[in-house]
Amino acid sequence: MKELICICCPKGCHLEVDESNNYAVTGNSCPRGAAYGYTEVTAPSRIVTATVLIDSSLSRRCPVKTNAPVSKSKVFDVMNYISTIRLHPPVWRGQVIVSNIAGTDADLVVTKDFNT
Amino acid sequence: MSETDTSHVVCICFALFVFSVFFLITEVCALYKNLYDIIVIGGGPAGLAAACEARARGIKDILILERDTQLGGILNQCIHSGFGLHTFNEELTGPEFSGRYIDRLLASGIEYSINTTVLEITGNREVHAVSSENGYCIYKAKSIILAMGCRERSRGALGIPGTRPAGIYTAGTAQRYANIEGYMVGRRILILGSGDIGLIMARRMTLNGAKVLGCVELMPYSGGLNRNIVQCLNDFDIPLYLSHTVTEIRGKERVESVIVSKVDENLKPVPGSEIEFKCDTLLLSVGLIPENELTRQAGIEIDPRTNGAVVFENMETGMEGVFSCGNAAHVHDLVDFVAAEAIRAGRAAADFIHNGETSRQNVLNVINGNAVSYTVPQKIRPNAIDKYVDIFFRVNRVCKAGVIKVESNGISLAHYKRERFAPGEMEHITLPKALLKKAVGIITVSIEERPE
Repeated sequence: MKELICICCPKGCHLEVDESNNYAVTGNSCPRGAAYGYTEVTAPSRIVTATVLIDSSLSRRCPVKTNAPVSKSKVFDVMNYISTIRLHPPVWRGQVIVSNIAGTDADLVVTKDFNT
Repeated sequence: MSETDTSHVVCICFALFVFSVFFLITEVCALYKNLYDIIVIGGGPAGLAAACEARARGIKDILILERDTQLGGILNQCIHSGFGLHTFNEELTGPEFSGRYIDRLLASGIEYSINTTVLEITGNREVHAVSSENGYCIYKAKSIILAMGCRERSRGALGIPGTRPAGIYTAGTAQRYANIEGYMVGRRILILGSGDIGLIMARRMTLNGAKVLGCVELMPYSGGLNRNIVQCLNDFDIPLYLSHTVTEIRGKERVESVIVSKVDENLKPVPGSEIEFKCDTLLLSVGLIPENELTRQAGIEIDPRTNGAVVFENMETGMEGVFSCGNAAHVHDLVDFVAAEAIRAGRAAADFIHNGETSRQNVLNVINGNAVSYTVPQKIRPNAIDKYVDIFFRVNRVCKAGVIKVESNGISLAHYKRERFAPGEMEHITLPKALLKKAVGIITVSIEERPE
């Protein structure tokens, strides 16, 4: 039995995952919590958010995120890759700037519009 | 008088007439340009949501005044995800959340003026503002929405002893440096305060390559959400020191080390418990203060418990037609709650323009009872309520399971069960209008803990 705090939403449900019973999750108040409980015990993963360098008058950094959770062990690989990117406007919210970043199957997408 | 003289006079008179008409028209136009139905002060999530809601309710002339170089407010630097679960039913980053409102704003034709600082609001609802582009401007509004947000408590508010070297930042300032300006504020970092901003910054600085030595919290519990303890501290093995505080900062030019001591049950440092952390940076995440200089200056009553304006059930302040919402009214936990409150303020401002002022007769004052630190609204006009009224409040300590009791002069109006209470989590109850008929003068909201 493994005890976890769900990170899907601000509620923070206290979960119990039973490894010996097909990873059955209890204590969750929504289906997202059940899915989180299973993944967190079997293959923990996180959405990575960060900023990349951009040549814009608005800001020197453009916010980005992975469009799917990446394995926790790959988080710093993703960050290292992100530190090598330089963007030029325009870029748009949702635009993919790196596919399959650091071999994670997730894409890196822009989260803010930059016209100039 | 010769015929030529007469025609000269006629010509001059005509020219004068044309000139004065032209002058009048331009003057009237200039005046008209500065007259708005609603002026929203602040282009963050509260201001954007309030303006969009008022527009959706048929108000045409709306102007948002924003002092930053872009709309979006603090969300521009909150690049992490976790926003919008209530508003959009999905998890968004800060810029994505504000981006959606900005798209709606641009599509609806609401005017906005960035790089514009509001200097003063006067009693007749004039807004004095200044910008490099337009100089000093006086705008006239039928209604004003105060959405200035809040700011961080700084070192000065804490009175930490020690030297005054470089390397001490509020967490939000460090966040702005990292996520917008593109600077790292330090390499070895200690964080004082375990509110959500402090926790989020622990993760951000770690991801950006710094070593975060720990997060120090005065209270025996964290002020942040459990999910942030898990994904910002535990994920990176960053220790959380509960019941500890910073008792000295050392360093001449730059922070060299920070002394942390354990505190007793009276929150006093315990001698002999000092730990020295060798670090170059101390981040402070020690609370937020609603920003209400404009509100105070306008003579609008401020509630010392919230540091925001005293508001009625529709977020109207003591000044007719002036509304307050979001973190300027009281500090919220989630941007979704800010947006929801701003929508109520935007709706009320639209109603004010369509129907005029709500009568201020028969007002109930909402009072905080046992374990409750404040309530919003502070005043309720039962006649102005449609079906329900929402009351938001915070508890002043961690409480076990119990009931929220709503009473008026000893008469019980309603009670609501809760499994736990924590100061970091805003509580919310919905009172049906019918129950308010029993109330006279005051309503008290208090907590009764269930005995063990």
